[in-house]
Amino acid sequence: MKKQLIRPYGDTSGDGKLQLSFSLPVSADAHGKEAARLLLRQIGLDDIEITGMRNLNEGFTHFIAYAVTSAGVDPDSIKVKVVETPVMDMEATDAYIKERIGRELTVVGACIESDAHTVGIDAIMNMKGYNHRYGLERYQGFNAVNMGAQVLSEDLLAKARELKADAILVSQVVTQKNIHIKNLTRLIELAEAERLRDKMLFICGGPRISHELAIELGYDAGFGTGSYSTDVASYIAITMAERLARKAK
Amino acid sequence: MLKLELNDDLVSRARKAARQITGSFGWLFEDYSSLTIERTVLRMMGLDGALKDGKPLPNVVTDQLKAKGALGKGAAIRLANAMLNKDLGATQIAEAMGQHHLDITALPMAPADEIYSLLQELTDTMLGHISSQKARREEMFRRFGPRRVPAIYVIVATGNIHEDVVQAKAAAREGADIIAVIRSTAQSLLDYVPYGATTVGFGGTYATQENFRIMRAALDEVSEAEGRYISLTNYASGLCMPEIAVMGAIERLDLMLNDAMYGILFRDINPRRTLLDQSFSRMINAYAGIEIQTGEDNYLTTSDAIEKAYTVTASQLLNEQFALLSGVKPEKMGLGHAYEIDPELENSFSYELAHAMLTRELFPQAPVKYMPPTKFASGNIFKTHLMDAMFNFIGQLTGQGVQLLGMMTEAIHTPHLADRSLAIENAQYLFRAVKDLSSSLMLAPDSFIHQRANQVLEEATLFLEKVASEGLLEAMARGEFADIKRPENGGKGLDGVFRKDEDYYNPFRERMMKELGL
Repeated sequence: MKKQLIRPYGDTSGDGKLQLSFSLPVSADAHGKEAARLLLRQIGLDDIEITGMRNLNEGFTHFIAYAVTSAGVDPDSIKVKVVETPVMDMEATDAYIKERIGRELTVVGACIESDAHTVGIDAIMNMKGYNHRYGLERYQGFNAVNMGAQVLSEDLLAKARELKADAILVSQVVTQKNIHIKNLTRLIELAEAERLRDKMLFICGGPRISHELAIELGYDAGFGTGSYSTDVASYIAITMAERLARKAK
Repeated sequence: MLKLELNDDLVSRARKAARQITGSFGWLFEDYSSLTIERTVLRMMGLDGALKDGKPLPNVVTDQLKAKGALGKGAAIRLANAMLNKDLGATQIAEAMGQHHLDITALPMAPADEIYSLLQELTDTMLGHISSQKARREEMFRRFGPRRVPAIYVIVATGNIHEDVVQAKAAAREGADIIAVIRSTAQSLLDYVPYGATTVGFGGTYATQENFRIMRAALDEVSEAEGRYISLTNYASGLCMPEIAVMGAIERLDLMLNDAMYGILFRDINPRRTLLDQSFSRMINAYAGIEIQTGEDNYLTTSDAIEKAYTVTASQLLNEQFALLSGVKPEKMGLGHAYEIDPELENSFSYELAHAMLTRELFPQAPVKYMPPTKFASGNIFKTHLMDAMFNFIGQLTGQGVQLLGMMTEAIHTPHLADRSLAIENAQYLFRAVKDLSSSLMLAPDSFIHQRANQVLEEATLFLEKVASEGLLEAMARGEFADIKRPENGGKGLDGVFRKDEDYYNPFRERMMKELGL
């Protein structure tokens, strides 16, 4: 039996329709439009329709286009790494920590290095939380310390050492020129040099961070867009409980 | 005409409390100075440039004065004395200090009248230049007509000033009235201002005097071509508020972000340092005719926009009073607020309208700065574009002074060329569509919007009265602003604050205060 490939759906099964929007350094005329069409052709698209053409001035033009791709994805080829611990609400996590760990878990969080944007770390850690999910500060099971923005990796590690943290939580919102990768790598390298890496969980989060990327950078877990405090709290509680159980054996 | 029935008694109580709070800092403004204030004085004396390793010359001078314990008289007297002793210009003196270990604190003091006379001359030159830039701006507005209301404000943030120029010119030609060049994300915590044109940075490039000059020249060119004066803005915030303010004054920026408390709350800069720096930097803004803008939107991105709406109002009132103390006129106070209520909430638009009208009516002369949705902007660009349209609707309906356009790709990346263009198209459509709508509308008496606006006003009033009785520094130490605790002696930059000696002299401050009638 022929395997069903995953293909874009516009309004008919398998029509392969894509919606595109991009700008080119061309003028907004027939010549520019043809450049846009040829570009999409080179990508390998068919049935190209340039439906919108807007002059952006200074020699640039914005195009809106529809086109058809013949590409399709084999469902069996999809492999993703995701955080696999189940997600519990605050009360369940608190109860779980009390029962399985029997003490408060200390979590130190920060936006490190050049990043001044606390929106991510605040959404996870602040009392108030985000979108009807309280932050870690509100949990009984966590001693949550939010160091805020532009914290040097050295300072974060020093604080984690001082508090004997169970987990470090790093947020990276600014991602221009992959600055987040540089910052996250720096932290992990310092942690390894200071022999802290294996003493606590290292968790990162931010709009451009996936669990897979986090693992690749040497972290225990990563949380991207759409993650809430409940995801992070459950992960920490369950992973720490498992670790302690393993140690006890 | 849309109009609120505001409780006048609350309005005057709130203002009174704000005046009481800000009026209690005379001791700080009169008796203290900071490193960046002294570096500003040096820049105003004509000192500019950097050593080969990038260290700016103003820092070379103040670092030596600090190390020698010789800041008390102020940097002006020290540098002027060295110029007289050596018969050299300000820049040559600083270079000699940096390269040849010249110790200006060891030089004999020239006669006081010679020092004062040199300083008078330098003050005339600098303030004359700043006044001529102000006159040039006014002349261009006269020639091309005033800025539209709300003005269209967009950011450029490529991280490279030359690339920023291309995007700024494109935006200006499409209808932008104000261009903001976003700074590199870490600049606010640098205790110096980088020198020269920059092509690096994260989420923006550095605020430098050369970058200001490059962008102003590009926008002047577009202004002439389009027959519309395009304004330029940057950020006088962080550890170098007055230095950036004076660079803006010299290069004819037209607006500057300058919030009295933002650095304390959101960048953990020491409270005394920030309050001191904002006082002098705003005086420069005022003297240069530069419109200040404040950062109240930050209260809503970190807290709930309904629950904490009163903190915006309270901060606006404090920013207003601090600005008045520095000679900023109400028509140059771009007090800030933002459209940040959860779009899932029923009647969110009514709440936003109430808050927007409250700001507008509390500060009728102010070119209020209205910030777009960011907190609930997601990767769903289509929804964000729609939220931006609702935001633009309120901006025109309530006559906000400056509409800081939302970008559909907020929360994804710094704006692409097309994102900015679509944002301008969105704003222009809404502004045209509802241009005169307000004149046909009235709010139902005692309806929700009146009640909500008065509720926020009342909460702000009670909060300010509480802060007035406790003291601002104590309230900040207790975390009563933005839920962040900022102790008076904590934060960055306190070691750069010093007490003035009896014979301290800052010729620029004295002259500006006199001319501003302070």
